Amino acid sequence: MSQTLLIARRELRAYFRSPLGSVVIASALLLDGILFYWRSLSQRLLSGEALAEFFWWTSGVTITAALFLSMRLVAEERQTGTFTLLNTSPLAEWQIVIGKYLSVWCMVLLLTVLSVYMPLLLLVNGKVSFGHIVTGYLGQVLIGGAAAAIGLFASTLTRSQLVAIVVGAAIVVLMLVFWVLGQAIDPPLNKVLAAAALHHANFRPFQFGILELGATTYYLSVAYLFLFGSVKVLEARRWR
Amino acid sequence: MIEIQELCKYYGQSRAIGPLSATIEKGEVVGLLGLNGAGKTTTLRILACDLLPSSGTVKVHGIDVVERPQEVRRRIGYLPDTPPLYDEMRVGEYLQFALELRGKPASEGKQRVPAVAERLGLSQVLREPVFSLSHGFRQRVGIAQAIVHDPELVVLDEPISGLDPVQIVEMRALVRQLKNDHTVLVSSHILSEISETCDRLLVLRDGVVVASGTEEQLSQNLLEGIRIELTVRADSGDLARILGVIRAIPGVSNAGAISALERGHKVQSFEIQAKKDVREQVGASLQQAGFPLLALAKTESELEDVFLKLAGGTTAAQRAVAAEAASKGAA
Repeated sequence: MSQTLLIARRELRAYFRSPLGSVVIASALLLDGILFYWRSLSQRLLSGEALAEFFWWTSGVTITAALFLSMRLVAEERQTGTFTLLNTSPLAEWQIVIGKYLSVWCMVLLLTVLSVYMPLLLLVNGKVSFGHIVTGYLGQVLIGGAAAAIGLFASTLTRSQLVAIVVGAAIVVLMLVFWVLGQAIDPPLNKVLAAAALHHANFRPFQFGILELGATTYYLSVAYLFLFGSVKVLEARRWR
Repeated sequence: MIEIQELCKYYGQSRAIGPLSATIEKGEVVGLLGLNGAGKTTTLRILACDLLPSSGTVKVHGIDVVERPQEVRRRIGYLPDTPPLYDEMRVGEYLQFALELRGKPASEGKQRVPAVAERLGLSQVLREPVFSLSHGFRQRVGIAQAIVHDPELVVLDEPISGLDPVQIVEMRALVRQLKNDHTVLVSSHILSEISETCDRLLVLRDGVVVASGTEEQLSQNLLEGIRIELTVRADSGDLARILGVIRAIPGVSNAGAISALERGHKVQSFEIQAKKDVREQVGASLQQAGFPLLALAKTESELEDVFLKLAGGTTAAQRAVAAEAASKGAA
C-alpha cells in the first residue's frame, strides 16, 4: 500500500510542477463561474432550482476536467520511458493503477472543493438545504471519479496523450448518449441503456439533493470496471 | 546467479530471441554484445521482468522470473536504453523515490542516496532538477536509480551510448566499479565500449548466443591465421595485378586493397589474411614482379573483427574486398 501512495504522491507533485494541473483546474473554475452566473444567477429561479442547475452544468465541466487530468497518467510515462521504472519495480499492476487513480481523484476533489463558494452563496442568500449541497457534491465526486477512471483506461491504451483524450472522450460521449438511444428503442433494452447512461438518469437524483443507492453504485461500478480494464491492459502489455 | 534455458520470445509470428541459453555467475561483469536487432534489449527486458517470455525459463538466484517476478525485481536494478527519469523531480528526490518504489523503507534513503550519489559523482547535482542535467549526468542518475536499493544484479542496457569520449572512460570505470558489490550484465552493439569493462562476453546474433568467453578466447577460437598489411609503390591501375601476385602465394586466404594516406603519390596499401606467416614470400614475390615494397607488417587480429564475424557484420578484409569490387565496377 505504501508504494501505491508513493506513486499517488509523485503524480500529485507532477500535476503542480507542470502547468497541466493548474491550467485545467483554473479553466474549469472559470467555466464553472461563467455557467453559474449565466444559468443560475441571471435566471429567475428559486434558489433550489438554481442549485440544481449549477450541479447539472458543473458536472459536465468536472467530467471534461477529469479527462484532461487523466490523459497523461500512463501515456506520458510510456512515451518518456519512465513507465519502465514502475514496471520493473516490485509492484503489481493494480498498485500502479490505484496509485495513479488516487492522484487524479484528489485533483477532481480539489476542483470540486474550490467551486464550493458558488453553492455557499446560494446557501447564504437563498433557501437551500445543506444536505442538497452535500449530496450534489457527492454526485460531482462520483461522476468525476468515473470519468477519471475512463480517462486512465484510455491512457493505458496509447503512448499519445492526444489519442488518449480522444479515446476517453469517445467513451464518455457514447455513455452519455445511452439515454438518447434508450428513448429510440423498444423495451426492455431501452431501460438497460437508460440505466447505463453516464449522466441523465443516474445524475439527476444527486442534482436535486436525493441520495440514491442505485446511482451511487452505478458510478462506483463504472470506476471499478475501467480501473479493472486498465489493470488488464497493463498486464497484457507485458507480452509486448 | 542467472540461468537462462531455451528462452524464446516471439512478437507475433516473428522470433526476436531464442532458443537462448546462458549462465552468469555471481560477481561477474558480463557483456551482452550484438548488432542492432540481435535481441539484446528483449533479453534484458525479460531478465528485468519488464517483458514475459514466450517459452523457456529464466532464473535469478533460483527464482523464476515468470512465477515470482516481484521477488526477482527486488534483486535487480535495471537501466533501460533510455534512462527512466522524471524531469520535474530533483535528483535526490528521484533517487529516494526509486529506493522506496523498490520496497525499501524511506529511512534507508538517508544513508543510501548520498552514498550512491557520492559513488557516481552526483553529490553536486543532488538538488538540481533532472531536466537541467547533461546527457552524461542523466546516464549516471540512471545507473544510480538501478543500484540505489543495493540489488544483487545490475542490468544496464547500452549505458555508454551517446556519451562523449571522456564520459565513456568515466562510465567504463563506473561499470567496472560496480563489480565489487553486484553482478553486472551490460549490453552494447560496439565491442570496444565494453571489451575492457567485462570479464566475459556473450555474443548474440539473431537472438541466439553464438559465442561466449573472454576477449582472448573469442579471438583465438575465431580468427584463424594472421593478418598482414603492406604498402607498395604502384599506380592504382596496378591494383588487380598486385592482388593477383599476392593471391597466388600458397597460404594466402584473402587479400584486398585498403585506402592509403599517400594516395596520389603512387602508393597502394593492401591487407592479407593468411593461414601462416607469409611475409617473406609476399616480399619476394612483389620485388620479383617489380613493385618496390615500402612497408610490410603483421597486425594483431582485432577483436572488432571477431565480433563482426560472429555478429554477422562485415570484417575489415571483407570491406576491403567489397571496396575493390566497387572500384572495379566504377572503372
